[in-house]
Amino acid sequence: MNAPLNPTMPLALRVSDLHKRFGAAEVLKGISLTAHEGEVVSILGSSGSGKSTLLRCINLLEVPDSGEVTVGAETIRMQRTRDGNSRPADQAQVERVRSRLGMVFQSFNLWSHKTILENVIEAPIHVHKRTRNECIEEAEALLAKVGIAEKRNHYPSHLSGGQQQRAAIARALAMRPQVMLFDEPTSALDPELVGEVLRVMRGLAEEGRTMLVVTHEMGFARDVSSRVIFLHKGLIEEEGAPEHVFTNSGSERFKQFIKG
Amino acid sequence: MDWSFMLSTFVSLVGAMPLTLQLAATSIFFGVLLALALALLRLSGVPALAWFARGYVFVFRGTPLLVQIFLIYYGLSQSPAVRHSLLWPILREPYWCAVIALTLNTAAYASEIIRGGLLSVPNGQVEAARACGMTRLMIFRRIVLPLAIRQALPGYGNEMISMVKATSLASIITLMEVTGVAAKIISETYRAIEVFIVAGLIYLTINFLLTRFVHVVEHLLSPHLRAPRLAAPVQGEAK
Repeated sequence: MNAPLNPTMPLALRVSDLHKRFGAAEVLKGISLTAHEGEVVSILGSSGSGKSTLLRCINLLEVPDSGEVTVGAETIRMQRTRDGNSRPADQAQVERVRSRLGMVFQSFNLWSHKTILENVIEAPIHVHKRTRNECIEEAEALLAKVGIAEKRNHYPSHLSGGQQQRAAIARALAMRPQVMLFDEPTSALDPELVGEVLRVMRGLAEEGRTMLVVTHEMGFARDVSSRVIFLHKGLIEEEGAPEHVFTNSGSERFKQFIKG
Repeated sequence: MDWSFMLSTFVSLVGAMPLTLQLAATSIFFGVLLALALALLRLSGVPALAWFARGYVFVFRGTPLLVQIFLIYYGLSQSPAVRHSLLWPILREPYWCAVIALTLNTAAYASEIIRGGLLSVPNGQVEAARACGMTRLMIFRRIVLPLAIRQALPGYGNEMISMVKATSLASIITLMEVTGVAAKIISETYRAIEVFIVAGLIYLTINFLLTRFVHVVEHLLSPHLRAPRLAAPVQGEAK
């Protein structure tokens, strides 16, 4: 079942006119999008279309050259350096906003020297300053929810890719994020492990979580998202409800893309 | 072999071991702090700081420790400014001159080892920490440094062994550590072979224990690199 479009709900995320270039290559040429609470927005596009960069600009892992990112009611303040580059005006604000965004990476990026449980409780304890016992209790519930409760004392290298990605999702959820960002979460997985991660993500969508998902999984985009955005060469080429864009898109490029 | 002579030599040299250990421990302790600072300067991204660290490593790695000890012990006392400074009570002591020379020297080597460890930390793990909203200091303390230490430890073990052996050079500025006492016994008895064999065995023992110690620490810090312990022993395989 698709997550609903919720135009009456408050905005969880707003991106306006985002630009980003790496050297001579302009990767994002003015992207605007919004996500209301409870919406699942899938971002599609061929490689090099800028979809990962877009996601990474939202939590400032890449610093956008211009444009605005607003999470909840808070807009990240930017400033210009003397040589004309853009940078965040207030690092503490960036850290605060990041702690409200849960990020799931293509290559999991679990901390290899910490057990699965330690990975999940690390940020809640040290960033949110919550008590250890409370965090452990919540972490165990989250690990049970993603189906790897029995791996709590294992190290990441002892887990399969699918288990590592589910642990990474639990780690992101432990921050009680307003918005979850998924950066090609199944692209590094063996085909037989993709399903277990997608099932967890579907579950989150059904709970009403706000999610931005960069993905190549057409099935997920079509069946789960409330809205699909198709990027092409740094611009939004097509955008709309999945049942609409997958059946009668006006964009030849998008039709070509979903044909594979 | 004159066993009773060797035994009495052994007893004398063991008496000098505390000074050898103290020289090594003190300079390793201060050296690693200085090394960490140098590695951070080198990786700071600020050209002036990075060049300072490069220059430091170039000078202290490129000149003999013996020369450094001489310059600090004999060289500094030539300057009236040093003799009248607050540091003179320290700088006139051969012990502190040896510690300073050893510290400055080991810091140069160790900073390169630490820099390698810091560079080995996968960028993805740092990004994950940034994405959680951790501050830079928190990321360094909780993610980067623990991972870097694990990576640097084998190389750093080598450096510590070198330092234990390098303390023997302190004997030439009158310190009676193991080699100093050995040289004194030789000058009194002219029995160099026996004395140096005993001295060598003492250094070998210290370094054996040091190697084991580093190995244990490495083991304790690296559970994530080992196969997981099985919850229950596997049945049916024992003979």
